[in-house]
Parts: sequence; structure tokens; C-alpha cells
Amino acid sequence: MRYLPQTKKSREDMLEAVGVSSVDDLYKDVPKSAFIEGLADVPLHKSELEVERILGGYANENHAASDGPFFLGAGCYYHHIPASVDHIIQRSEFLTAYTPYQPEIAQGTLMAVYEFQTFIAQLTGMDVANASMYDGATATTEAALMAMRITKRNKLAIGNALHPDYRGVLLSYMKNYDDVDVFDGEPDEDTACVILQSPDFYGKPHVYDVWRKKCDETGALLIVVVNEIISLGLLPAPAVADIVCGEAQSVGLPMSFGGPHLGFFSCREKFVRQMPGRLIGETVDEDGRRSYVLTLNTREQHIRREKATSNICTNQGLCALAFTVHMALLGEDGFKTLARLNHEAACKLADEVTKIDGVTLLTKSFFNEFAIALSKNAGDVVNALAAKGIIAGYALDDNQLLLCATEMTTDDDISVFCTALKGML
Amino acid sequence: MAAERDVQTMIDTAAETSSHEGARGLHYEENLLWEKERGDESGVDFPDIKGIDLRTGVPERGAIGLPQVSEPQVVRHFVRLSTWNYSIDHGFFPLGSCTMKHNPRLNEKVARFPGFAQAHPLQPVSTVQGALKLMYELQDILGELSGLPAICLAPAAGAHGELAGMMTIRRAHEAQGNTHKKIVLVPDSAHGTNPSTAAICGYTIKTIITKETGRLTVEAFKEALGDGRDVAGMMVTNPNTCGLFETDIQEISDLLHEAGGYFYCDGANFNALVGKIRPGDFGVDVMHFNLHKTFSTPHGGGGPGSGPIGVTEELRSYLPVPVIKNESGSYRIENERKESLGRLKGFHGQFGMHVRALSYILSHGADGLKQVAEDAVLSANYILSQLKDDYHVPYAGPCMHECLLTDKVQKEKGVTTLDIAKTLVEYGMHPMTVYFPLVVSGALLIEPTETEGKDSIDHFITVMKHIAEETKAGNTEPFHNFPVSTPRRRLDEVKAARHPRLRWKPE
Repeated sequence: MRYLPQTKKSREDMLEAVGVSSVDDLYKDVPKSAFIEGLADVPLHKSELEVERILGGYANENHAASDGPFFLGAGCYYHHIPASVDHIIQRSEFLTAYTPYQPEIAQGTLMAVYEFQTFIAQLTGMDVANASMYDGATATTEAALMAMRITKRNKLAIGNALHPDYRGVLLSYMKNYDDVDVFDGEPDEDTACVILQSPDFYGKPHVYDVWRKKCDETGALLIVVVNEIISLGLLPAPAVADIVCGEAQSVGLPMSFGGPHLGFFSCREKFVRQMPGRLIGETVDEDGRRSYVLTLNTREQHIRREKATSNICTNQGLCALAFTVHMALLGEDGFKTLARLNHEAACKLADEVTKIDGVTLLTKSFFNEFAIALSKNAGDVVNALAAKGIIAGYALDDNQLLLCATEMTTDDDISVFCTALKGML
Repeated sequence: MAAERDVQTMIDTAAETSSHEGARGLHYEENLLWEKERGDESGVDFPDIKGIDLRTGVPERGAIGLPQVSEPQVVRHFVRLSTWNYSIDHGFFPLGSCTMKHNPRLNEKVARFPGFAQAHPLQPVSTVQGALKLMYELQDILGELSGLPAICLAPAAGAHGELAGMMTIRRAHEAQGNTHKKIVLVPDSAHGTNPSTAAICGYTIKTIITKETGRLTVEAFKEALGDGRDVAGMMVTNPNTCGLFETDIQEISDLLHEAGGYFYCDGANFNALVGKIRPGDFGVDVMHFNLHKTFSTPHGGGGPGSGPIGVTEELRSYLPVPVIKNESGSYRIENERKESLGRLKGFHGQFGMHVRALSYILSHGADGLKQVAEDAVLSANYILSQLKDDYHVPYAGPCMHECLLTDKVQKEKGVTTLDIAKTLVEYGMHPMTVYFPLVVSGALLIEPTETEGKDSIDHFITVMKHIAEETKAGNTEPFHNFPVSTPRRRLDEVKAARHPRLRWKPE
């Protein structure tokens, strides 16, 4: 077995040193009934070539985004990833390191994540950001939990069209508490927070002033959720919010059938000790040299146990690195250009698709994603186009379809899609 | 000599004038991206924008303040940072309860196949049958390995799996009308995530004392259980965090079940059992798997992890969604189920980690996995046998895949667990887990894993013996100062917490 360096001799030598005749003597505390007799469904070991063949076969049964025109978004986006991103994150020193508990030999990870925190804070207009969350859905739920801790209130208002998975995760977590009320609408005096997604699930960007005022009047916190982080290169920063969280998969990470993605979490400085998750801070070493270290650990589960701000432990470290490398490559101009290119591709798609009889644009203002109404059932259209090698978007209720265009979308893709759609309506 | 001094002075002067950027040999200092001179060009070339009127309905964003550097500068920046990290590919990494084993590159390769990496989670299921088949097979195999037939792959990490598992238990009690069951029993040696998770699920934690024995005893369990009326379940890591198998686990789980409670097993230490022993066969009702421990997906400097859970047939209907179903060779995603506790993660979980884990499992096969567990356990026992005369062993072995020592003997001479850890760093190794579990003072929890050869283990033993011998002889001074050969020496963690600087800001 290629991953096991022990030899017949080394095993014998170690058994002798331990003073037992077989490994099973070391398992003497285990009930006999728990030993496995045989593993019917698990085959014997395979060579690298065989494993590659089997899994390559599985991969080939899937339609990849690069196989044809692709217009699906809905919280997971198809973007270009520069080659050097994957090169950096596959370096052993990053890929096979542990959480940086020993800072003297983990400054690489620590400094990169410090840069990640800086990028997120700059993009969201918040004071501070943590070292990442699992994904946008769990980050949103953690934000709501944090608002409940801060305000000591237990009503949660959803202000607009929140991603259905984010709503679903929020509702599941809140079932753990007997007295939490999640509702759609405006905050009242008992509301812990308003959750506002921008662009919302149908692609519409929002402004925050009216919501800020409502929050100030009631004492609720304003949570802004962003699940297409590239939009922050074109849309105003949600700097008036108390917490900005969401999904950053769009920068540096493949769609990977839904994960691993990259949740982010940022907030105002005054709430920092209520934040969930890991934080990297600047300090000095014994020689006074600038260094980075995990900090404010007393919020966390390994110190506070049942009183911790969250049970999160491992987060999305390597994904945060991919994001950081990609952001570094983009820089200010590149990030803004990328946002512009996305918007322009979506404008082009909207113009072309609405030329088709039976198509109406529902989301009039958008970033890179919008809803249209069709003269037919959207689910049927999506399936029929999939059979032609076109991934046509996300079927909403009945005849509504959510379409997304990014810098990956070519004029040709749009033309092929529109021709096929026209033939169907 | 004079000329050499001049050169040295020049280097020192250069290093002083540029306080963070400078180099000695292969050791490069590096500024933050924001401290580099702003270039004219982005590190990514794009086609020209057309400059059309915006249709966003909101004002356009102004300057953000991001840095701007070219691609070669970016690559050099991160390569330099990488040289400041220690990793499993460098050397020995005996971090207890973390299972730092070799991360096969085959797994990285297959996860990047376009059919996996470029599949969208909401594509029509007819276009992702390969991905669903892969997930279904992983569900099947994890069920087989654990003896817990119903699997949900969705949880994002170990702690998230704990949450999913405890919520499954909560949902089951609710469905049975047992809403009065509000207490969860957790041993004092548990990972911090266990009590934290139970608290998030709305449970009250009652601690089972194991400090004296390092193991759960029937007596201590009975005392914590009381009449058991209000006990929803217990969260136990087995093998436990002292590296020991819970001898009385069958009797304890029987007692728990009689009282109507469920047994949650923290699967962090599954590496001692995989392919050899099934938790479902010693009374476990729910457990999570750490794919980033037992099944070799890379730790990545702190994630992404992946924490699927397995439950008994009785609890299947309460599992979170989604679960992958197979209907005569046609795979579908079950996104809703009436009794389910609901969704805990966007989309279908950390799919890229599922690919890597299956690649690992197929590579080992049933035969290789069993060997994994056996080699891991044998290696830990070998270390224990070699160090037991030099270090205090709080609980007698045999151990499972990790062994627990303490600094009790060395501390008498002033050398603490922290000093031992930092000395290992100086000697080119990652330390073991330190000061955990909390049930012993100055814990040193050592997990060698099966991917370490005997020579490398022997080297570790030699260094540990050297520390013990020098300490005994009173030559302790260097140990307090180590590390000195690392990019940084010991850090001022108090300063970091007292005056938090959590991001770069313009001066």
C-alpha cells in the first residue's frame, strides 16, 4: 500500500519493543462484537492509475461549465481563476499545514489570513473581518446569532429576497431555541436584526439608508448579506451595516458542485469580542519583529467551551488563501474591471434574451444576475436546454428563470442560448 | 575581515531602512501587499470594458484602497510567505487528535477534474449523475465503516458535524415527545467543541468526571446520569482524548439507552478504528467523520474540513438534508424530508473533500484501511513504550493511535510543556498537542499517524529523550529560549489580545 511506510520488519521491531505479540493485543479494551468481520461494500486497495480511471469516469458523467453555454448562478458563480492561484494553494507549505497554533512556524498562513481579513474589511467597508466561515449560509446564521447575543432579543427580520439555502440554514439553527421568531418584514422594538441581501436572490442591488434608519429607530442591527462578492467592485460598500457577511467563492474558488466555498464575516470594531470564528492579529516576537498570531481566543470553544460565541473550529483556511492570492492579482483596477465586465455581460444577455417573444425582464436593476418570465414552465425549459448542452439558469417558480452572466460568458454563448430558447417558446 | 564587516554593515543598514523587507540566505522578510509600491497594472489582464451606462440602479462605487501589483510580484510574495510555514510535507507532525497524515496528491488531481471542479450544485440532476454517484458511494462506504447505515455528507467540518448530529438527536426526542430531555452528558476530557455544540443546540451540559482514571467508569457515568429522565444523550470521543479506548463503553451505552438517551460519538479519533472496528457495534447512535483527519483531505492551514455524520436506522428520518438517493442506478438529491431537522449548509456540503476522501478510500481499500488503523496504533504504543521512563504517563496503556504524557517530571526542573513544544520546533518538528486534554496538567498528546516511518518516529523519540536527559542534568536554559532558528521567536500573545490589530490600515 503506497501510503504506508512501515515495513514488515519495522512492525515486528515495534511489537517487540512494546512487548506484545500482535497488534490485536493493543486492542484488548475493545468489545469483541465491534470487530469487523468483513467489509462487503469496500473493495481492496487500488493503484493510483485505477483510482484515477474510476474517478475520471465519474467526472466525465458530469456536464462541466466549460462544456457549453452556462448561465447558472444563484449563489455559486462560474468565474475565471488565474493559474497562479492554484499553484500557490497547492504548495505543500500551505496545503499541508495545520491551523496556525504554533505561530513561530506558521507565519506564512498567519500573514496571508491577516491579508484576507484586510481585503474583506476593505470590500465590505467594515472595521474588522474574521479568518473565514464555512459558507455564506452559515455565516448569515452566525451573524443572526451574534445580533441576538448583542441585543439580547430573539426576533429576526428578513428584509428582502434572501437565498433559499441561507433562509433554510437560518431556520434550522433557530429550531434549537424555543422562543426565536424569524419573519419577513420590518423590525420592531423586539427585533435583534434585519437581514438584507444585496444583490438579492433575484439579482437586484439594494441601498441601505432606509433600512439603517429603521434599525436605528428600533435598536436592531443591520446585517447585509453579499453572495456575489465581485459585485462589491461596482456597487457601493454596505458600510452603514453593523455586520456584513456572505460568500466569497467567486474570487479564487471553483464551483466544485457546491463546496468547499468561502464564507466571510465582517463587522464594526465595537462588536469584535462577540464575533464567531478565528481572528489573526498583529503583534511582535521576542526580538520585537512584527508578527502575526491567532488572537482573542477567549471567545472560542477551546477556551470557553459551552460559553463560546460559536462552536466553529476549523474554517476554510485554504479557500481564504485562494481568495487572497486572486485578490492580490486583481488589485484595485482589476477587481473593478472584473465587476464591470460581469455587469456588461449581464446587460448584453438581458438585451438579447428580451428580444425573444415570450420573455420579460423581471429584475430591471441588476449586477450580473436577473430574473426573467417565460411563456413556458421554466423547469421544463431548463431540462430541455440541458439536453442540448446548455445550462440555462435556475428555474424559479412556474415560468420564472434566474439567469447569470459573468466574464466567462461570450457573445457566442448568448447567441447559442437565445437561438435555442427562441425555438422552445 | 574588515571587508566582511563592511558588507555586514551594509546589509544591516539596508535591513533597518526597510524594516520588514530584507533577506538572509534563504530567509526573506516580506511586506504586506498594501506596503508595496502601487503598480500601474493589475496582475490580471482583461479585455477592455465597453463603458456602457450602468443598470445597477445604485451609484457606482468609488476607490476601495486595494493594493495593485503584477503577477510575478504576487507569486513571489506568497512563495516567500509559504517558506515561513511548517507542514506535514516538511516532517513529523504528531499533533494529537488532529491526525496529520500524508495528503496524497492524487486526491488533489482528481478533485480538479473539470467534471467535478466545474460542476454547479444546482445543475439539472441529469447533468451531474457522476457527482451524485460519487457522493452516494461515499455515503455507502462511511456507513459500512462505521456500522451506522444512514449518512449525511453535508456538514462542513467536525464541529459542524457535531452540530448536525446533536440536532438529529434533538429532533428525534422532539418527534417522540421527549422535550423534557434537556441534559447532555460530556466527559471532562472532551474537545471544547462538544460542550459548545451541545449548548448551541439548547442543551444544558453535565460533566462526567474521568480525571482519576482517564476513562469513563460505570460509576462516574451513573452518577452523572442520575435517574436519566432529563438526559437527552452523551457526547463521547472514543478512543478518548487521553488516547484510551473506553473499556466500559458497551455497558455505559446500554445504561444510556435504557434511560432513553442517545450516544453521540465524536469521530475525531476514528483513525484508530477505521476498517477494523465499527462504532455502531459498541452502542453509538450518531457520529461524525473528519474527512480532513481520517481520510487525508488536507488541513490547508485551517480548513476546509468536512464532517459527514452517520446515524442508526432508527434516526435516519431526522438527518439533515440533503441526502443522495439511488433509484435503480438513477441518482437524485433529497432536499426535503418531513421529519428532517432541515438544512445546515448551503448546497450539498464540501463536495471537493468528498472526492478526495473517496480517492483515499479506494486507494487503501478495505485491506489498506485496516492497516492504517493498526499502524497508527502500533506507532503510538511504540512511542509510549520508549518514553514512559522519561516522561510521566498519567494513565497506563496500551493506548490507541495517540499517547498521553505530561511535563510533571520536567516541571520540577522548570521545563514546562510549552518549553518542550518550542524545543521540538527548534529541532525541526511540529510539536504534539499541548495542554489538552484539560484533565491532566501540562498534557503532551502525541499522535504519530500511520504515514510516519519508524526512522522518523525514532528521531522524535531521540529528541524527546534528549530533552528529558538534559532537563534531568539541569541544563535547562536553552529550552526556555527556543525556538531561535525559526522565522520568528516566541510571540507576545498578550499584546495581540490587549490591543487588537486585526487588519492593515493606512497610517
